[in-house]
Amino acid sequence: MALLSIENVRKEYQVRGKRVLALDSVDLTIAEGEFVSVVGPSGCGKSTLLNLIVGLMRSSMGRIVFRGAPIDGITTKIGYVTQKDNLLPWRTLIENVEIALEIRAIEKSVRRAQARDLIDQVGLSGFEDHYPHELSGGMRQRANIIRTLIYDPELILMDEPFGPLDAQTRIVLQDQLLKLWAASKKTIVFITHDLIEAITLADRVVLMSARPGRIKSIEQIAIPRPRDVFKIHEDAQFRSSYERLWQQLRPEVTLSESAKGELI
Amino acid sequence: MISRPRLYLYRLIFGLLLLGFWELSSGRLIDPFWVSSPSLVFVYLYGVFADGSIYGHLAITLYETFTGFFIGAIFGIGVGFALGRRETLAQILDPYVVAFNGIPRIALAPLFIIWFGIGPTSKVILVVSVVFFLTFFNTYAGVKGVDEELKNILRIMGATERQILMKITLPAIVPWITTGLKISLPYAIVAAVVGEFIAASKGLGYLINYNTSLFSTTGALGGILVLAMVVVICNEVINRAESYLLRWRPREERKSEGELY
Repeated sequence: MALLSIENVRKEYQVRGKRVLALDSVDLTIAEGEFVSVVGPSGCGKSTLLNLIVGLMRSSMGRIVFRGAPIDGITTKIGYVTQKDNLLPWRTLIENVEIALEIRAIEKSVRRAQARDLIDQVGLSGFEDHYPHELSGGMRQRANIIRTLIYDPELILMDEPFGPLDAQTRIVLQDQLLKLWAASKKTIVFITHDLIEAITLADRVVLMSARPGRIKSIEQIAIPRPRDVFKIHEDAQFRSSYERLWQQLRPEVTLSESAKGELI
Repeated sequence: MISRPRLYLYRLIFGLLLLGFWELSSGRLIDPFWVSSPSLVFVYLYGVFADGSIYGHLAITLYETFTGFFIGAIFGIGVGFALGRRETLAQILDPYVVAFNGIPRIALAPLFIIWFGIGPTSKVILVVSVVFFLTFFNTYAGVKGVDEELKNILRIMGATERQILMKITLPAIVPWITTGLKISLPYAIVAAVVGEFIAASKGLGYLINYNTSLFSTTGALGGILVLAMVVVICNEVINRAESYLLRWRPREERKSEGELY
């Protein structure tokens, strides 16, 4: 059964009086428990798509249906992990992780225990009482992910959460994310511009075109799980998927590069 | 970075050099009638503290400063906060706020004395008029500057607007408010003293003015020195309060205006 279906969605913006078409006729269905990566050149409207799903923006045309009901504003059933870690700088790591439970007025000892458990799962034990500025980028991004997991949304959107991290940290976090996902059986929509990351993580890779963003193709990734993120690139299926996707992505990247000068 | 004891030692040496230069030049380079000397000022200060005659002046100036400071800060923070959340009202009031703030306080001081008499009340009002604007502008800028993305994150988690206020907006504006308080405290003291200069029968400003009119440079400089001490002590207290409240910030960001090191 489809958890989320995006039906003929179109999004237009006004930028200095000019109409910009960010997304056009996007159709996508996501099943429960699925891990879907969305790849595309920069500026292809990937983040716009997430903002539409989470209800921060409204589509100009079409609709997005979550569990049979059209999305109309923010819902707590959908979690959002942003590219910037967006931790509250005046809260310690554990206070940041537990904030969603605090909002739900869950007793302190209960929420502390849950937060500690997640902190432990991502290897941040010992840093509970550190403030965000005392943590590395990778640590902050882990905190960003687990503070969304803690309140158990059915669908989690991730907007290039590992974008600003160095290559080694990324691989470690990809590994941890897959483990967290396997343990929680959540549905995840993961945006990235990194093809290798997209294939490593996902059941399906959705490839988007340069602006206006449209779905160009969808690649099923049948590499068995659990996957070894450190060796997955040696897999034959990985290579053929990579080749196919890259053939399609390449013309889009050059297109978006040449369009950069025009602001839109 | 210099160690604390060493820092205090160098500060002390600098102060002693300054006093030493003043002491040596007085009577040799310049007539002590004009510049007095540290030893004369010390004797004077010892005298007024020993016989207790300065306490009344000190108390009245501190009373004016802090009463005005608290009233001004409460209103400044309150109005800044309210206008920060009401865009249209803020736009309507903007030119008036700018105009009122542009009036030199020294021009208002005589008016306040006409309206509220030569007692402490007129000085308190003068202090309020200074502190209000400084805390107002800082609070207002803080409220406007709260990161919308952080608020959205909490909304997505299911927070009510009230929870967003408590968990995002209020903590986010604390640094702005402490900066506002910090820069307005010295101005508050200045305002109280200026008010006392214009018309008063008590206070450090009155004392300095009185001594100057008698050509007693020793008394005037003694009063100024006491005033300077008050500013340094107040600043130290507020710095400590700030570094406790803002312990979550990286060190470099914690330094705000009025701090050199």
